[in-house]
Amino acid sequence: MTTDAPLSLHVPEPAVRPGGAPDFSNVKIPKAGAVPKPDIDVDPESIRDLAFSIIRVLNRRGEAVGPWAGLLSEEELIEGMRHMMTLRAFDARMLIAQRQGKTSFYMQHLGEEAISCAFRRALSPGDMNFPTYRQAGLLIADGYPMVDMMCQIYSNARDPLKGRQLPVMYSSKEHGFFTISGNLATQYIQAVGWAMASAIRNDSKIAAAWIGDGSTAESDFHAALVFASTYKAPVILNIVNNQWAISTFQGIARGGSGTFAARGLGFGIPSLRVDGNDYLAVYAVAKWAVERARRNLGPTLVEYVTYRAGAHSTSDDPSAYRPKTESDAWPLGDPIIRLKNHLIVRGVWSEERHKQAEAEILDTVIAAQKEAESYGTLHAGGKPSARDMFDGVYAEMPPHLRRQRQQAGV
Amino acid sequence: MARMTMIEAIRDAMDVMMARDERVVVFGEDVGYFGGVFRCTAGLQQKYGKTRCFDAPINEAGIVGAAIGMAAYGLHPCIEIQFADYMYPAYDQIVSEAARLRYRSNGEFTCPLVVRMPTGGGIFGGQTHSQSPEALFTHVSGLKTVVPSNPHDAKGLLIAAIEDPDPVIFLEPKRLYNGPFDGHHDRPITPWSKHDLGEVPSGHFTLPLGKASIVREGAAVTVLAYGTMVYVAQAAAAETGVDAEIIDLRTLLPLDMETIVASIRKTGRCVIVHEATLTSGFGAELAALVQEACFFQLEAPIARVTGWDTPYPHAQEWDYFPGPARVGRALIETVEA
Repeated sequence: MTTDAPLSLHVPEPAVRPGGAPDFSNVKIPKAGAVPKPDIDVDPESIRDLAFSIIRVLNRRGEAVGPWAGLLSEEELIEGMRHMMTLRAFDARMLIAQRQGKTSFYMQHLGEEAISCAFRRALSPGDMNFPTYRQAGLLIADGYPMVDMMCQIYSNARDPLKGRQLPVMYSSKEHGFFTISGNLATQYIQAVGWAMASAIRNDSKIAAAWIGDGSTAESDFHAALVFASTYKAPVILNIVNNQWAISTFQGIARGGSGTFAARGLGFGIPSLRVDGNDYLAVYAVAKWAVERARRNLGPTLVEYVTYRAGAHSTSDDPSAYRPKTESDAWPLGDPIIRLKNHLIVRGVWSEERHKQAEAEILDTVIAAQKEAESYGTLHAGGKPSARDMFDGVYAEMPPHLRRQRQQAGV
Repeated sequence: MARMTMIEAIRDAMDVMMARDERVVVFGEDVGYFGGVFRCTAGLQQKYGKTRCFDAPINEAGIVGAAIGMAAYGLHPCIEIQFADYMYPAYDQIVSEAARLRYRSNGEFTCPLVVRMPTGGGIFGGQTHSQSPEALFTHVSGLKTVVPSNPHDAKGLLIAAIEDPDPVIFLEPKRLYNGPFDGHHDRPITPWSKHDLGEVPSGHFTLPLGKASIVREGAAVTVLAYGTMVYVAQAAAAETGVDAEIIDLRTLLPLDMETIVASIRKTGRCVIVHEATLTSGFGAELAALVQEACFFQLEAPIARVTGWDTPYPHAQEWDYFPGPARVGRALIETVEA
C-alpha cells in the first residue's frame, strides 16, 4: 500500500498565449558591461556562471561598455550596420516576391541580423560554417553576390544549385558556407567532423556549427557535443535561441536545464551566453571563441539570446500561438536600431545618414532583384533544365539513371 | 599473392590505402587501440598513429556525421559501424546528408566516404547482430552498395570503394570472415587458407564497382546471389545436380544488368537468393528488373528464396536462414516448372 498521490505529467507552457499581455520577466538581463571577460585558455570550470548570464556591450544609452567592448573601429561598425540593413532589405523584398508567387517559400531573419553578420567578421577565409536557414548574414557580410542568392531563391536558369534545393538553402564553398540541408541538427556534428579533419591535417582552419533552440533537442546535437569535447575539435558550437521553434516555445527543448548554454557544461566545454541583438557583443564573443579554436584550445559553445520577430517561414502565422505584440515587448530591442543609436552617440552617424543609407541599400537590392528576375522566377522565364535533375546524383551517372533519363525524354 | 582471411584482406585494403593516401582515416567503435571486435583494423593505429585510426564514442549518428564533415573537408574516411544492426541511428546522416551533398550543392561539396559494416547471420547473433539491411541502402539515390563474398573481392572492392568519389556502403558478410559458408552449419568449417579465393594480390589492386562475377556456369537456371548466399547456392546446385549458372552480384548498386540479362536470356529461368527478409527486399527489385528485361525469354516464374518476414531469431537460426535445402527445392521447382 502506498500513500503517495498519483503521478502527473508536467507539460511546460510559455508565459503567455495569444490574447495575453507579453511577459519576458523570466528573461533575466544583466547590465551591459557587467560580465567579465576571461582569458581564452581559462579553465571551463571557473566560468560556469557565463552559461547563465548574458554578455552585453551596448547599454541603454547606446554606449559600448565593459571588458568586451572596444574591438571594432567606427568604419567596421558602419560596415556591419550596412550588412544588417542589407539583409533586412533583402528579406523584405524576397518576402514580397514569395507573396507575388515568384518563389514557393522564404525564411526571413527579422530581429536576428546581428548574429550571422557579426559572426562572419570574426572568421578568416577558409573557415567553414555549417549554417541553418537563418544565417544568410554569413553570405551578405562576406560579399557573396545577392543576385546569386536570389537566383537560388527563384530556382531560375542561373540558380547555382540548378533548382535542386529548396529556396534559401544556399551553398558556397568559396564563402565558407556549407550546403544547407534543411534537416535540423544533422550539420552540427558534421561541423565537428570538419574541424577534426582540419586538426588531423594540422591545418589552421576552424569550423562553426549552427543550430536553433528547438533543434538542440535532436540527438545529433548531443553527438556533436560528445565528439567536440572528446577530440577538443576546433569548432564553435553556436545556438541561436530565438525563443520559438515554429509554434513551440523554447521551454519544450530546454527542459529543466535553465539555459541552452548550460548544455555545454556537462561536456567541459566553455559555454557563454550573449545578447544576440548586440552587434558588438556578438562579435566580441565570436572573436573570443574563434581565437580559442585557432589556438587549439578546443570547442566553445555560444548561446545567442534573441527573438524571432517575424514568422518562422512564409508558411507560418505566429499570431496563432503567441501575442501579436510580443516582439515589441522583447527586452533586448532591435539589433539595427541599437547599433544605429551607438554610432549616433559616437558622433559618426545620424538619422539623416541612416535614411540615406537605407535608400541606397534598397536601390542596390532592387537592382539585384531586377537582374535575378531577368533570369527567371519559379514559374516564369528561364529555369534549370529537366536534364539537370539527373546530373550530380553521383560523380559519374550510373546506367540505371541514364536509362531513366532516356525514359524521361530529357 | 598471399592467403588471407576476409578480415585480413579488408585490413590489407585499408593498410594499402592508408599508406598511399594521407587523406584516408579509419575510426569507429573499438577500432583504434583494440583493432575492432572482428579485428579488421588491428595494427592500423600502431602503424599510422592515433589521428589516422582511432576509437569513437558509441554514437553511430556521430560517427557517420563526423565522417561526412571530414569527407566534405577533403579526407577519405573509411569508418566502421560495429554491426549493420547498429546502423539505424546513423540512417538520417546516411540518407539525408552523405547521399545528397553532391546533388544539393551542385558538386561544391562531396562525400567520398566508405561505411563498413558486418552484415548477415549464421553466428547466433540474434536479432541485433544478424540483420541484412542492404535494401535500405539500395533504395537511396546517391549511395553505392557493395557486398563482397570472398577475401580476393573484399580487398579489390574495398580499395575501389575508398577511391570512389561518392559514399559507398560496404557490407561484410560476417559469417564469411574466416571461411566460406554453404549453410551446412553442422559440418566442419573450411578456412580461407584452403580456398582459391583466399588468394589475395598484394599491394594496390581494385575491382570495379558495378561488375558481377559468374561463379558457376550453367544452362538450366540463373541464380542471383551475393554474400554468404553465393556458397549456399553453389552447395544447392551441387546437391540437386541442377545445372545452375550462379552470379555473385558483388555490387548491388550500381547493378551489373548486362551480366544478369545475358545469363537469363540463355537459361530462361531465375532464382533469387538473399538472407534479408522477403517483403520489399532487394530480391523484389531484382525480380522486377529481370521481368522487365527478360519477360519473353522466361520459361518459369521467378523464384525468391530469402529469410522469413520475421525478426532474426536466436534459437531458430537455422529455420530462418535460407539454407541449401530450401534453395535446392527452389532450383528444382524452377527448372521443372
